[in-house]
Amino acid sequence: MAGTVERGVAANPAPPTVARVRVRFAKRGRLRFASHRDLARAFERAVRRAGVPVSHSHGFSPHPRLSWVSAAPTGVASEAEYLEIGLTRPVPAAELAAALDAALPDGVDVLEAVPSALGATSLADLIDANRWRLTLPGVDRAVLVEAVDRLMATESLTVERATKNGRRPVDVRAALVTAEVDGHPVDLQPGVDGVDWRPEEPPCAILTAVVRQMTPAVRPDDVLAALQAVADLRPPVPPMATRLAQGLLDDRGNLADPFGTARV
Amino acid sequence: MSVQSVFPALESLLPRVAKPVQYIGGELNSTVKDWDAVNVHWALMYPDAYEVGLPNQGVMILYELLNEQPDVLAERAYAVWPDLEALMREHRVPHFTVDSHRPLGAFDVIGVSFATELGYTNLLTALDLAGIPLLAAERTDEHPIVLAGGHAAFNPEPIADFVDAAVLGDGEQAVLDITAVLRRGTQREVGRSELLKRLAETEGVYVPSLYDVRYGDGGGIESVTPNDPRAPKRVTKRTTVDLDEWPYPKQPLVPLAETVHERMSVEIFRGCTRGCRFCQAGMITRPVRERSLQGIGEMVERGLQASGFTEVGLLSLSSADHSEIAEITKGLADRYEGTNTTLSLPSTRVDAFNIDLANEISRNGRRSGLTFAPEGGSERIRRVINKMVSEEDLIRTVSAAFAQGWRQVKLYFMCGLPTETDEDVLEIAGMAHRVIKAGREASGRNDVRCTISIGGFVPKPHTPFQWAAQADPDTIDGRLRKLRAAINSDRRLGRNIGMRYHDGQPSLIEGLLSRGDRRVGRVIERVWREGGRFDGWSEHFSYQRWTEAAAAELPPQGVDIDWFTTRERTREEVLPWAHLDSGLDPDWLWDDWQDALDSREQDDCRWTPCFDCGVCPATGTDIQIGPTGATLIPLTPVPAAGG
Repeated sequence: MAGTVERGVAANPAPPTVARVRVRFAKRGRLRFASHRDLARAFERAVRRAGVPVSHSHGFSPHPRLSWVSAAPTGVASEAEYLEIGLTRPVPAAELAAALDAALPDGVDVLEAVPSALGATSLADLIDANRWRLTLPGVDRAVLVEAVDRLMATESLTVERATKNGRRPVDVRAALVTAEVDGHPVDLQPGVDGVDWRPEEPPCAILTAVVRQMTPAVRPDDVLAALQAVADLRPPVPPMATRLAQGLLDDRGNLADPFGTARV
Repeated sequence: MSVQSVFPALESLLPRVAKPVQYIGGELNSTVKDWDAVNVHWALMYPDAYEVGLPNQGVMILYELLNEQPDVLAERAYAVWPDLEALMREHRVPHFTVDSHRPLGAFDVIGVSFATELGYTNLLTALDLAGIPLLAAERTDEHPIVLAGGHAAFNPEPIADFVDAAVLGDGEQAVLDITAVLRRGTQREVGRSELLKRLAETEGVYVPSLYDVRYGDGGGIESVTPNDPRAPKRVTKRTTVDLDEWPYPKQPLVPLAETVHERMSVEIFRGCTRGCRFCQAGMITRPVRERSLQGIGEMVERGLQASGFTEVGLLSLSSADHSEIAEITKGLADRYEGTNTTLSLPSTRVDAFNIDLANEISRNGRRSGLTFAPEGGSERIRRVINKMVSEEDLIRTVSAAFAQGWRQVKLYFMCGLPTETDEDVLEIAGMAHRVIKAGREASGRNDVRCTISIGGFVPKPHTPFQWAAQADPDTIDGRLRKLRAAINSDRRLGRNIGMRYHDGQPSLIEGLLSRGDRRVGRVIERVWREGGRFDGWSEHFSYQRWTEAAAAELPPQGVDIDWFTTRERTREEVLPWAHLDSGLDPDWLWDDWQDALDSREQDDCRWTPCFDCGVCPATGTDIQIGPTGATLIPLTPVPAAGG
């Protein structure tokens, strides 16, 4: 009967998960200031708006089954964020990607979705490294090259990071696989305001680094702290970081696309 | 004249502040328009943190309504926290709107919504960061018109020096009328002084600079008179009739940042005639105007589609009083069964509440806690404040709730009410003890909880208590200490009772700002200059800063903080807001105040004959209530079995 709930019985017996889909998305421009929690809420709402048949956990407070892997830090843009969505019925991945993208704020952009077989290798097991791009406006290319050379010449370089559990040491050098410096003007995402806001300062050095996943994770800020420690590099304006890719590291320092085998 | 975004400058500051996401805009359903393609540019500011301001229904309604006008744009602004304020000053970044990051100073008009007086210092921060002179008198034709709205605008006298105008009452039609005035010419085109006179001729708009206040020998006001023939003697509030014609928000803003309310809110009716004598909202928003069952159903469906929210809030001053609340809740619970959508009814009265309603509300979600507001601990004080709920009703309701599976009850009270004694407050302890006993009996469990939440009473303008003496903080703190001891006097019961309260100091300052006159403006400015920000937040509020500023600024003007707060007013006194008309007949208000002192109750005019509060004739309105007998049709017809 409507209006009564039996004790000990879930209010909403949730339909089971029968299919999964994996999604790659970007967070761009000003949306990079959204935290992981902010994005998680945005996706929970977007799946409802998009009519995605997402499955839910059981119990009195059912949660949509969205599983996340290694979110980029607040303030860091990304072209390679991943999540997995549990479904109560199969949906064509491309349709889901389009509907989800339309339901998300501009700047959180769904790039690709692939079906994932139940029991397939987990997303987390398909990722053990990241490629980051750090744009340092106002920093001369030669200055950055020298700082990076010094950092790569060390065996180990530990910086401290404030975490919820106090200050923790992270070995930046141990996590760094490759680091390349470029100096060409970088093509930033145009502002969502419709106003162009790319930095105007002529010198602008760009560092592309492949970083192994470790615990605690080495973040772009840690790389910058390491560059400051070895070469006293102090950018005049806050650098901008973007995660370009995640994947499994091969012998030559390349990252294997987590969707490589799933793509039809 | 095109207006540039300040985002390039702001962007490099954001990595250095807490929760930068609150400053970036880009919310789902937000609107960005071409500056040069429209005639009138509105900035709508909520002078508190984004997390509080974003869900504000008033701002959301006006934002959508104004942006629907093809030749108008409206952008939102919120107060910036001190960490960003310091960086903005250092790097000369002006205060901005979150939608397009345009500087506030570029807009034609800045509408500021004051839900509480404690936002006044944040108004000054925003003006100063925007490069707009704090004093309205010093602004030129190049500066925006600063317009106050919201409940606090019913006595804008303390901020009369800082605002150009205030809007009394409902904003929907008022902002469109003001827009029409601006279309005929902004201050840049017709001059600031002419524009202000045109605004003064607009219904519901009060322009303080067009009125002279004269003070008498005893410190009181002798008269408030227009100094220009185009300003009316009294300004009457605006009243929106037929809420179904105003189904806003249609496309609720969905923030990325975490905010205090994350739900699809629908105002199911406006106004309240329960007549609680302390309640300014109930007095200034009369009469009751219900939204229809179908109107509510459409707004909920459209809003959920547009937002993806999982919670629906049915808002009003006393939601269970809607004449068709049972049909609404059952209809919505049926419609959204199995979709993980929950309903909430934020303001409910013990006597209007019943367990059927509670079951519908919780059918698709948790049943964690129930909240009631008896407001007064003793039967006597509840007669004084006209909050007529009996303790038997309360115990019966909570017993039923505990029997149905609820485990927690939250009770709201006030302390420092007119005529209140220690005994009135101590009776709260007895009530809480009986709630625990009843709960244990009904549920058969020991772990039921009762939380008591107590706030200091602040007398407000346009209420029967506008003449009352406010209790001083020491009296309130003393009573709350005794109450805590009384609750814990029975440890077996007391350990299941939580008590949450604020000390009496912020209430006294709120009282100064609520019933203050133009002389209080200097106190506000001094507090702000000495660092006062975010006064509604206990970690930022400084009682000492306020009392010291009051002690420095008020005596030279012949008054002091006690004169504004703990002093009882006489019937003859000219109240600072006497020329601002909320529709309530002053004689009725005075009689109701006398009834309060005699502990006499006043019934609700929805169910008993009109008691002549004056609002309907004064504002040309009438109560609009059901029932209509309509039902909410299911959206997805369930196919017949085997059919």
